[in-house]
Amino acid sequence: MSSPSDVLIVGASVGGLTVAQALRRKGYTGRIRLVGEEPHPPYDRPPLSKEILTGAWPASRAQLNLDGLDADLILGVRAVRLDLSAWQVHLDNGRRLPYGTLVIATGLSPRRLPTQQRLDGVHTFRTLDDALALGRDLRNAERIAVIGAGVLGCELAAAARALGRDVTLIDPASVPMAGQLGDQLGTLMASLHRRHDVKLRTGAGVATLTHVRGRVTGVALTDGSAVAADLAIVAIGSTPAIGWLAGSGLRLYDGIECDAYGRAGPGVYAVGDVARPLGSVRLENRANATEQAVTVAATILGDGRPYTPVAYFWTEQYDAKIQVYGTITAGSRLRLIEGQLDEERFVALAETGGTVTAAIGWNHPCGARSARQHLMKVPGKPVGQE
Amino acid sequence: MKIIIDQDKCVGGGQCVMAAPEVFDQRDSDGVVELLDATPPADQQEAVRDAVLFCPAAAIRLEER
Repeated sequence: MSSPSDVLIVGASVGGLTVAQALRRKGYTGRIRLVGEEPHPPYDRPPLSKEILTGAWPASRAQLNLDGLDADLILGVRAVRLDLSAWQVHLDNGRRLPYGTLVIATGLSPRRLPTQQRLDGVHTFRTLDDALALGRDLRNAERIAVIGAGVLGCELAAAARALGRDVTLIDPASVPMAGQLGDQLGTLMASLHRRHDVKLRTGAGVATLTHVRGRVTGVALTDGSAVAADLAIVAIGSTPAIGWLAGSGLRLYDGIECDAYGRAGPGVYAVGDVARPLGSVRLENRANATEQAVTVAATILGDGRPYTPVAYFWTEQYDAKIQVYGTITAGSRLRLIEGQLDEERFVALAETGGTVTAAIGWNHPCGARSARQHLMKVPGKPVGQE
Repeated sequence: MKIIIDQDKCVGGGQCVMAAPEVFDQRDSDGVVELLDATPPADQQEAVRDAVLFCPAAAIRLEER
């Protein structure tokens, strides 16, 4: 097994951290440096939109375990340039970090509305600081408009309802989470939110944010109607954080192009939300980040195998717990294998042209795991094409 | 090796059961992890370390000595 003398990891969230942990687990004793833009030590993002936002957990509960890591954490600094020929990463504090092996795990940046710049009362949601800031503002707000009914928008709507706020959920698709669940299960998601008194404005595009004296007052929709709000949350997806790599020579298009081993360039690897493996798709989920990180760690140590992901995501909203292995493609048929849709506890398979593309558990995690065996290894749907 | 699980963090993903089915199980009702063996024998320990890495909720911790 070959072993580099040092590994520099840019991105200190779960993807980058897991590379470091997997390297140590495989006996790597060389130097590991982990560079993170945020000032916080590595933490987990899924609880942010749930327990951290509602205040059920203190922020410290989202911290990830660093036992046995023996890595230099370089936090609160941003990588601003990659010089492939000099084998150096430039930081925003002027430092240049030479590397022998580089792992890029810089994740995503939330998309913003063109009109949201410099308005008070408008939030996007990605980081711990975003969660803490939104949590503070939610306590003083009455009417919340959540723009975007994907996984994040739905979870934020549920959290705002848990805090007793008046919530309107807005999305151009006809049902919430249409891109992730399809129309049939999206309809179930709509009734879940209605039952918890969320006002749904689906099938409605956002024209602009309305404001008075620099503070948001609501959302104007493309059908001419308006939603009054003293707080707006913009959850309309994310883009890969690759701006700092422009001109580096890496192949950049909807992420960092890499091969099935995560290799993106000489001595350079890509991991997690930012990585787009050739012949597959870029996945934005927690499980992919760790699995890809383990693959890349093995490749760095000369023991890599091609990574063939099975997409997996879960969401928790109110008392509902939904798990999806694989991808529910548009127009797929649902086949129930346990329970009934109207009982809101079931296991189902999504099928397209006779192929099972997803196993779904609705309040049925064990059933979803068992049903996973029906799944062929298929790439997920390209994100950004929902 | 001693395994410590945090059932409050568990999201029921089942990755631990897939990695080490002799050590981890899930409650039928809500999918939350249950430990079958908190101090697994040597031949299970690699699988348990996999489970720690793959857990999507970072809900498994090890005390190794």
